[in-house]
Amino acid sequence: MIDVRALVVSYGAATALEHVTLSVGKGEMVALLGPNGAGKSTLANTLAGLLKPASGTVEVGGRLALIPEGRQLFPDLSVEDNLMLGGWRSGERDPSFVYELLPRLAEIRRRRAGVLSGGEQQMVAFGRALMSRPSVLVVDELSLGLAPNVVTDLAEHLAALNRSQGLTVLLIEQNARLAFDLCGRAYVLESSRIVAEGDCAELAEDPKVAGAYLGGAIT
Amino acid sequence: MSAFLTYLLNGLAVGCAIALIASGLVVIHRVTGVVNFAQGTFAVVAGLCMSSLLGLGLPHGASEVAAVLAATVAGLLTGLAAIGKPGVTPLSSLIVTLGVGVLAYAVEIVLWGDQPRSAPGLAGSVTVAGARIQTQYLLVIAVTALTFVALALFFGRTYLGKALTACASNPYAARVVGIDVRRMGLLAFALGGLLGGIAGVLVTPMRPISFDTDVTLIVNAFAAAVFGALTRPVVTLAGALVLGVAETMAAGYGYGSHQLEIALGLMIVVMIVQASRRTAISQEST
Repeated sequence: MIDVRALVVSYGAATALEHVTLSVGKGEMVALLGPNGAGKSTLANTLAGLLKPASGTVEVGGRLALIPEGRQLFPDLSVEDNLMLGGWRSGERDPSFVYELLPRLAEIRRRRAGVLSGGEQQMVAFGRALMSRPSVLVVDELSLGLAPNVVTDLAEHLAALNRSQGLTVLLIEQNARLAFDLCGRAYVLESSRIVAEGDCAELAEDPKVAGAYLGGAIT
Repeated sequence: MSAFLTYLLNGLAVGCAIALIASGLVVIHRVTGVVNFAQGTFAVVAGLCMSSLLGLGLPHGASEVAAVLAATVAGLLTGLAAIGKPGVTPLSSLIVTLGVGVLAYAVEIVLWGDQPRSAPGLAGSVTVAGARIQTQYLLVIAVTALTFVALALFFGRTYLGKALTACASNPYAARVVGIDVRRMGLLAFALGGLLGGIAGVLVTPMRPISFDTDVTLIVNAFAAAVFGALTRPVVTLAGALVLGVAETMAAGYGYGSHQLEIALGLMIVVMIVQASRRTAISQEST
């Protein structure tokens, strides 16, 4: 569903991604780990078609939706308007299926998105992405700035969608424990390059990965 | 008292015309972040087109509609010049709109000459509470009210209007959901042209229009739009009405040669008071 080969993305003279190769199969949940500035969001934006590669290829099978880092809602619009605009590509205007999945959104649908809590905003961003009826979902920092119980709740929704609908997911995270719990495989992106890849269980045993992302060892 | 009421009603009509042009500035700025200094040009284009079309024998109604369409096309062309190329900053686009305004002078002089032109509007007048007001002035007030209601409905109730608001609110997020922000910006410029065009066809029967009338129009409209922080249409309308009434009162009571200075001076005082109140509120809340 996602096939990235030798991808190079540059901002002027600065190279943000250097020969990145990565793949996510249909119905698979794959994690992409990496520190700040590694190029994770650049990859997300390139997959979403917002950035043009300098070289290399990006192939996405089906409609891709991005939940961007920092939620990136329309703060002046209501929750319902945010959701409806999520259906801009698909033509979906009825958010009732999102309300069934995330009932909290139905309760706050008339409220302005800008005044919601971080968890509620992330839920809106999640629902807005689903409005495009995606077959591939790229989630950029699901857990950033959220309380653990909120993250757990959203992670469960994500896993359920993956199981029930075969949604393909690329989870871009700094929270390696969350990523390893949810995903089968993972890539590690550092300084614009993929430096490690493999099964999450194997990566968790890798001393370098465990030291950098799991505080020493997985428990 | 009737003289005061006459000046007040006439002033409201003048303010409404300013508000229409200012609302175009607000729409374009909200969506694109660009301050469009060619906004007055759209009104001039519409006014001059209307006078020519009426002169050619086209009936009222058709002439006005064609003139407003011409202004809409002028808005779209200005948008293409200002934001057509991806990656242009709002400041660069502002400079482009200034250039478009100057270029428009040359085109207008070639097409219509440099002499002011006028056009007949609604004839007659009505008496309201002892005050006499021309029917054209009432038309301006009515059309402005309808236009602002239509704008509120468009931005508040329609999917396209919400998409435009989304572009203004968070352009990156708009791109994430698949909205073509550049195309929406062009639509905003066309809408700005439409609003300027409506102002032009309404103003031309009230005062002669020439190629350089845009300066007076844009100065007033810009003051009103800044009063509304270039984002709030209703506050912009209020600012425009204050300006229009102040100018008309100044002219009516014998200060006609300084009416613009008086109106803008008043506007500056109102903005200073407004800013000091905001500062006081923010200090109280911290």
